[in-house]
Amino acid sequence: MILSQLNFIKECKKYSISLWQCPTFLFVLMGFIIILSILLSYFIASKYISDPLVTALLTLSIAFVLMILGYSIVNGFEKLAEANRLKTEFVNIVAHQLRTPLSAIRWSVGFLLGGKAAHLNSQQYEQIELIQSNVKRLIRLVDDLLDVSRVEQGRIVLKKEKIDLGKLAKEMIEQYSSYARASDISLKLKAEKKLPLISADSEKIKIVLQNLIDNAIRYSKKNGKVQIKLSKENDYIKCEVKDNGVGIPKNEQKYIFRKFFRSSNILRRQTRGTGLGLFITKAFINLHNGRIGFKSEENKGSVFWFELPIAPH
Amino acid sequence: MKKILFIEDEPTLQKTLGRALEQEGFEILSALDGEIGITKAKESKPDLILLDLILPKMDGFEVLKRLKENEETKDIPVIILTNLENPEDIEKVLSLGATTYLVKANYDLEEVIDKIKDMLK
Repeated sequence: MILSQLNFIKECKKYSISLWQCPTFLFVLMGFIIILSILLSYFIASKYISDPLVTALLTLSIAFVLMILGYSIVNGFEKLAEANRLKTEFVNIVAHQLRTPLSAIRWSVGFLLGGKAAHLNSQQYEQIELIQSNVKRLIRLVDDLLDVSRVEQGRIVLKKEKIDLGKLAKEMIEQYSSYARASDISLKLKAEKKLPLISADSEKIKIVLQNLIDNAIRYSKKNGKVQIKLSKENDYIKCEVKDNGVGIPKNEQKYIFRKFFRSSNILRRQTRGTGLGLFITKAFINLHNGRIGFKSEENKGSVFWFELPIAPH
Repeated sequence: MKKILFIEDEPTLQKTLGRALEQEGFEILSALDGEIGITKAKESKPDLILLDLILPKMDGFEVLKRLKENEETKDIPVIILTNLENPEDIEKVLSLGATTYLVKANYDLEEVIDKIKDMLK
């Protein structure tokens, strides 16, 4: 009992509200009070009270106390819901406010790089290109934050159409080919012939593929291999992204799809990343009624896979 | 020379894209708020309008609605250039008659210019 009490305190601290506003605690407290008051009133009524009116009054006053307690529980839930709403709104506002100056920088830098202002020498060009790539990184982070807040608000709308996953995967591989070459990693696609179409939102699935390919390349060592495999499994098309990179330690595997989670062995390598990619990826796959999972071994590599339902004819 | 009206309240963006388009040989008219945007559209009948959605005085949705209601301006193609990306917003402006919708942060200057050039061919 004391132990579980302590757990409540920890739980409630996490929400940063006081114990008397914390639904988890109040709910259990109410349960105890209900049981106790039933027993007590039965005991008192049967032993000491002969007048049924007094018994009725006693029951009524107990009911009143329970009502107040119930009210504060509901209140606590409301507070939590409100806090969650405010957080999402905050992220939304910040993200939109950030986008304006970021796009201004992106375009100004683009203006310089396009040679529209003056001819740049190679050092200047290189430095400005660095600004460009960092601005793009920031924009990507803001996009991720917006996607997370939309996922949490349940405001993602899918624009489903019949798409060819093989074609999409090919496009994404082309997009990542120079990045892979620069990191000395081979990137290959192996697809079964004549795969049926899937019904999906191509923009969302692009983000899914980007996140998985990006991770696979980023967490590979030099001369690594990244392979994307497409196959038909019953009513699903399965896509596997396999690397022979750093892998994920066993004890951290259960957190991998959590928001802002980053594996310790990844942090050691100090590669960039926000810890949002896989959270978004999973949410997008779930919205498509698909399935997602992975297998990983530290220092050997990881296979991330997802399955999407085949489009009806 | 083709005329482009750029309705955008952020001066940095106004300047950068404006200059770049001028170098491509377009004539650029700029408006820093929605009301001025409408007036300039009626006065000078541009070949294309670039329209932001969050604007002082009159927001982009209202500007678009009025442009499409007016006989003189209803046939001018409008590109929405914004950083809002809610599906409801996109749907709304497309149903109001916008030609296309670009999220500023997600495009390079060159890409935006290419799209504009394509549209004015």
